[in-house]
This record gives sequence, structure tokens and C-alpha cells, in this order.
Amino acid sequence: MEKVLMKGNEAIGAAAIKAGCRYFFGYPITPQNEVPEYMAKELPKHGGVFLQAESEVAAINMVYGAAGAGARVMTSSSSPGLALKQEGLTYIAACELPCLVVNVVRGGPGLGGIQPAQSDYYQATRGGGNGDYKLIVLAPASLQELTDMVQEAFDLADYYRNPVMVLADGMIGQMMEPVAFGEIPQWTLPEKNWATTGTDGDRAPNVINSLFLAPEELEALNIRLQAKYQTIKANETRCEIYQLEDAEIVFTAYGTTARIVKNAIKILKAEGIKAGLIRPMTLWPFPEAAYQALPKTVKCILSVEMSCGQMVDDVRLAVESKVPVAFYGRSGGMIPTVDDIVAEAKQLLGR
Amino acid sequence: MLNEKIICAGFGGQGVMSMGMLITYAGMLEGKQVSWLPSYGVEMRGGTANCNVIVAEDAIGAPTVSNDATTAMVMNLPSLKKFENDLLKGGKLFINSSLIDVKSSREDIDVYYIPANEIAVSIGSGKVANLVMLGAYVAATNVVSIDSVKKALRKVFGASKEKMMPLNEAALQRGCDLVG
Amino acid sequence: MAIVFEKTKGLSNVETHYCPGCTHGIIHRLVAEVLEEMDVLPKAIGVSPVGCSVLAFKYFNIDFQEATHGRAPAVATGIKRVHPDKVVFTYQGDGDLASIGTAEIVHAAHRSENITTIFVNNAIYGMTGGQMAPTTLPGQKSTTSPLGRDPKHAGMPLKISEMFATIPGTAYVERVSVHDPVSIRNAKKAIRKAFEYQVAGKGFAMVEVLSTCPTNWGLSPVDSLTWLKDNMIPYYPLGNYKTLEEVK
Repeated sequence: MEKVLMKGNEAIGAAAIKAGCRYFFGYPITPQNEVPEYMAKELPKHGGVFLQAESEVAAINMVYGAAGAGARVMTSSSSPGLALKQEGLTYIAACELPCLVVNVVRGGPGLGGIQPAQSDYYQATRGGGNGDYKLIVLAPASLQELTDMVQEAFDLADYYRNPVMVLADGMIGQMMEPVAFGEIPQWTLPEKNWATTGTDGDRAPNVINSLFLAPEELEALNIRLQAKYQTIKANETRCEIYQLEDAEIVFTAYGTTARIVKNAIKILKAEGIKAGLIRPMTLWPFPEAAYQALPKTVKCILSVEMSCGQMVDDVRLAVESKVPVAFYGRSGGMIPTVDDIVAEAKQLLGR
Repeated sequence: MLNEKIICAGFGGQGVMSMGMLITYAGMLEGKQVSWLPSYGVEMRGGTANCNVIVAEDAIGAPTVSNDATTAMVMNLPSLKKFENDLLKGGKLFINSSLIDVKSSREDIDVYYIPANEIAVSIGSGKVANLVMLGAYVAATNVVSIDSVKKALRKVFGASKEKMMPLNEAALQRGCDLVG
Repeated sequence: MAIVFEKTKGLSNVETHYCPGCTHGIIHRLVAEVLEEMDVLPKAIGVSPVGCSVLAFKYFNIDFQEATHGRAPAVATGIKRVHPDKVVFTYQGDGDLASIGTAEIVHAAHRSENITTIFVNNAIYGMTGGQMAPTTLPGQKSTTSPLGRDPKHAGMPLKISEMFATIPGTAYVERVSVHDPVSIRNAKKAIRKAFEYQVAGKGFAMVEVLSTCPTNWGLSPVDSLTWLKDNMIPYYPLGNYKTLEEVK
């Protein structure tokens, strides 16, 4: 498979088109602008539609309409833009509409900055909008993984009738790495016989709706959604386990931070300190089991994030107090350095 | 084992982003692990632009180059001041002496003074100063070959810029000759 | 026995939740009849708002999507871009369209999205219990303007049809009413035109329908019709506000 050098944001667009996505609704915001720009240029060549919406709110509701109408559709944005999209996302999740939402995360809170961050972990994994719902959240650490995940995201979304989010930090969006558009696993997908395509006079009307005024009906929806989330949890939890054997300290990190941690592990190893890494590739469902199967040699876990400590909450829940869990993070667009991580690990181990 | 960490820096418009991209592409063509990470945002509009490039044998961890650069190519004075101290001991610093009239204060690195703009103008266009620097870099480090860079030129700039190729290649060669 | 009248196939058999005397029922029926008469029910896709007509999807016998508050035009945009050959419309009230959803409706019109919008203006928030709307008249009492709307405090009511006539993207804008049989007949004609323009691909078409809210106005159904005629029509004059030359 020939490799091409691509910018992350462009790879997102290319992978989506390869996966059959033909509709993109979005609004400009740094650092994800190359996604809509790429789609504006490329989608019409594939018979698709790119539309620059008047706001993130409108864009996500266009996605709702198009997904409800049966199309493969996506939007992308960055952190404050995602906050605006939450209104539509909870409707999309409630109506079980498949779509892809990409968040190229920048630092917050507020308008924040435009440099890379991972401070949208809560926003992504807690639902973000109102009510009990979940997005499937994929966290790529390289552009090849990004490309594969974006392609598979559409199948995951269609298979489970659930919105999927690719959570990438600004670095993933802006950097260039070689990517190959290989064959990804082909899913057997259910027919979209629920979509609003017009009845054609030969079936009962299809309705996309999340209003249930009778509490029994709304609870029934929630029970059904929760059952689906359990299935997703059982089938789609993914993580990378790296050099865990005999580890004294286990790092946990996702996305580009995990790459920095791998460099730190190399340095620690050279100094005789055994360290490993648990890298969640799905943030929801969270790979809890990985944290419950730690080798006996592990003295502590260190969660490294480009945030003030968000994923560490899930790590603590998963570890169930069996091992001390510590946190090291930088925020606001600052990136943890290998030296910082090494020093933090040594301090924790008393070396 | 090869683990080259490069900072390319200069004014916006001096071609520092494409300089980095060419090394990245050339590395990829040679089957090496590569990454390219630009600075982005407000600093792109007018101020100093820079990018981080890594060319390595092993899978690349962090795509960032902070205080562990093995090479820095600086096209203007602010870039020299900003990045000179990010070089590791024994690293290589390429200074565009056409625009920077001070010397490096480091004594533990190899410094190359390249009159990139003067050479570029002498062969036809100041716009190829970045390629003169790149030629010098390739000759001094051999991280990627000059042939790979020439192939990368066509990938990065596209077929429509084919008529520029003789000038581009000449600029690369002059840079090489200066060091080689 | 000869059938002299039949309910339109465009409406389902579900009993509506609308209050006695509310004119939503009439407007639903006009829209459904038009779709049936144009023979486009099988390819019609509606978008219902948040507000009294939130449950419109139950009452129409066609595919429907229920939208977030104010975003029906964005949802309709998504549907129409996927299915350009289908007949897509939004059905929105004054809180939905003229307050929380101004951005979405203005930009759908601005893009000349080839959809039809039925804008039901009854000068009040009905479903939430009679709060002031952007279209509530000066002096009109509501639960959030208990002394009557004070224009110095809350501004003058928004004239949507007049405003939309100025947007380059609109192909057709007309204001109608349903307070008596003549106005109902005229309303149906306007609704039909708005859908015909969509089928002909002419771009964004909107019909503003003045409507009553006996419950929240605190009037009987009959008095409501009179109140509409005497108070709303003078401020919101009926008529055609825009028809593109090439559309006629």
C-alpha cells in the first residue's frame, strides 16, 4: 500500500470520503479548519455536499437531518465549537442516528487558546449534553490510526446506530505523517429502514423523534439505550498494552501524550526502571479491564494528560484503589515533555 | 540509531514549512519513520514560523522537538535567538548569514554559516534561499539523500511547478557544494 | 352512498392535543390537503419544531423529524441536501422561528434552501404556558409581560414576513390568516404556491399564518378569531411580500 504524507486534518477528510461519507456540515474554527477546507474541495468531486453552516449549532442539526434521512454524514469542530454542538448531539444519540463528529481539541476553558489539549475528555465521555447517553469515543495516537479510525467510525456508527466521536488533539490535526489507506474491516450493516426518505406510499411513516411525554415510554428508551451501551462496552473496548510485564510504574495516556510517554519509558528503561503503558484507544467505552489485570510488580499508576486531570477519574474508578493513582498534566496548550514525565515517575518511585 | 530532530524556523514566507516538508517526504521515500509538526495560529501571520521534523529508524514518539534538537535551521535573527539553545550538544546549527550578522554563542555544536539569500539571488531568485539551506543540510548530515529530496520536490510542489525544477535543483546543489 | 367529503390522507387518525378553538388544526389540514392534492405525500418529509406543534409528526401521515428548538430549518437543510427530489418542509411557531431559531431560518432563507416553511404566528408561547413571544403585540398581556408588552422594555414585535422579503434568497413570502372561511381559502392557495415553488426548484418559500391561542389569550374561540382580525392584522398586514419575478 503506497504511503502518502498528509496533514492530520486532511487525512480525516480523505478517510471519511473513502468510507463513503458524502455530506459534511461545519463551521470554521482553529485548529480544524483544514477539515472543512478539504471537504469543500473534495466532496463535490465525489458527488457529495459540503455546506458551511451559519453556526456549530446549525451544523450539528444539519447532521441530525441528514443522518435521519439515511446519509453517511459528519461534522468537525474544536472544543468551544463542540460545546455548542452538544444540543444536537443529545438529540442524535436519543434518536440513535449514526454520524461522525470530530473534535480537534484546543485548550480551555472559555475561548481558551488554539494549541493542542486534551481537556475535552469530560465533554466527550460524559455525554456533554443533557440526559443519559454515550458517544463512542475513539482516540488516535498517530495519523495512520486516525485514518483507520475515521474510516471504521462510520461502520461503528451504522452498526450500533450511535454517534461516534474521534477525539484528536491539535497536534494530530496539524502534524504530517505518512498514511496508507488500507482495507479496513468490513462490517455487515443493518439496512436503514428507519430513515426519513419519504414513504413512497408503500410503508408507514418513519419518524425521528426524542420527545416522550409519558415517563414509561422515556424510561423504556433509556433502558434500550443502556442495553445497547452494554453491548458496545462488551464488544468495542480497545486499548494498547505496552511493556506492562514486570513494570514498577504504569503510565496511562491517550493520543499524542501516549507517544511522549513511550519516549519517557525508553529513557527510564535505560536507567533500569521498568515502566509500561496502558493507552486507551476508546475513551468510551473505557478499557477498565486493563487496569484490573496489572502485574503484581506495579507500585503505582501515573496518568499523563494535556489537561488538569480528567481521564484520571476513570482510571481511579477502574483501579478500584488497588494501586495508588497519580496524575501529571500540562494544560492551556503546553505539552508535557519527556524530561518532566521521567522526573515525575522517579519522584513517585522514590528514585 | 538515526533519531534526527530538526527545527526549521524563519519569517513567514521564507519557506521554512516546505523546507521541513521536503525532508519529511524524502525520509518517507527512503522508508524511514517521519513526522512534521508546524507551529500554527497567530504566530503564522507575520511573526516567526517554525516546524518540527523527525526522521528516525524507530517509531516516533512525540512529534515535538523541544530542547532535544539535533539540527536547527534558522533563516532569521529571531529564530536564532529562540532556538539556538534547544540544540543538543554536538548538534548542527545552520545560520542564514545573508540575514543574520551575528555568530552563534554555542561552542559545543557545529555551526554552518550559509549565505542563502545571496546565493539564491545569484542563481535567479531569492525565493529559493530555503532550498540552498536545505542543500547544505543534506550535504552536512546525510540524513536523507539529495536524490530523495529532488523526488520530494515534485511531490510537495506538484507537477504544475515543473518549470521551476531546474532552479530548485540548482539551489539545492549550490547548498550542497558549500558544505560538501 | 356517494362520498361528498373525506378527511385528507395526509393526516393520521391520531387525535390532536390542541386546545379547543386553536387554529393549528386548520393549518395542519391545509398543509396535508395541499400535499395530497399535489400528489406528493409519498415523497414529503416534514420537520416539527419545539412548541405547541412539537407533536405534528403524530398528526401527519408522512415521514417526519422532530427538531431541536429553533433548528428545524437546519434539520430540513440536512434532509433536503440528502434528498433534493423530496418535498421537505418545516412547521414552526413564533417562539421557535422568530426567537430561538432566528439564525437558522434567516440562513436557510439566505442560502435559498429549496424548502417550504409554514410559520404559525399566534403572538404568544403556547406550550410553555403563555409567555411573551417576539411577536406579542404592544400592550398584550402574557405571563412574562403581566402588565402588557412594553415596547420600551421589550421592543416592538418582529415582522417576519416584511423582514424576509428583504433577504435576497427568498423566492416567495406571503402572510395569511385563518380567522374566517375566506382567509382560510386564501391561506390554502398561498401554502400551495409555496410547495409548488419548491417542486419547481425555485428556492426558499415561506407562508406566515396568523393563528389564535384562545387558552393563553384568555378568550373564547370565537372572540379569539375576532381579536386576531382586530388586533393582529392591523400590525401584521396580510398579503404577498415577495414573489420573485421569474417565479411568477
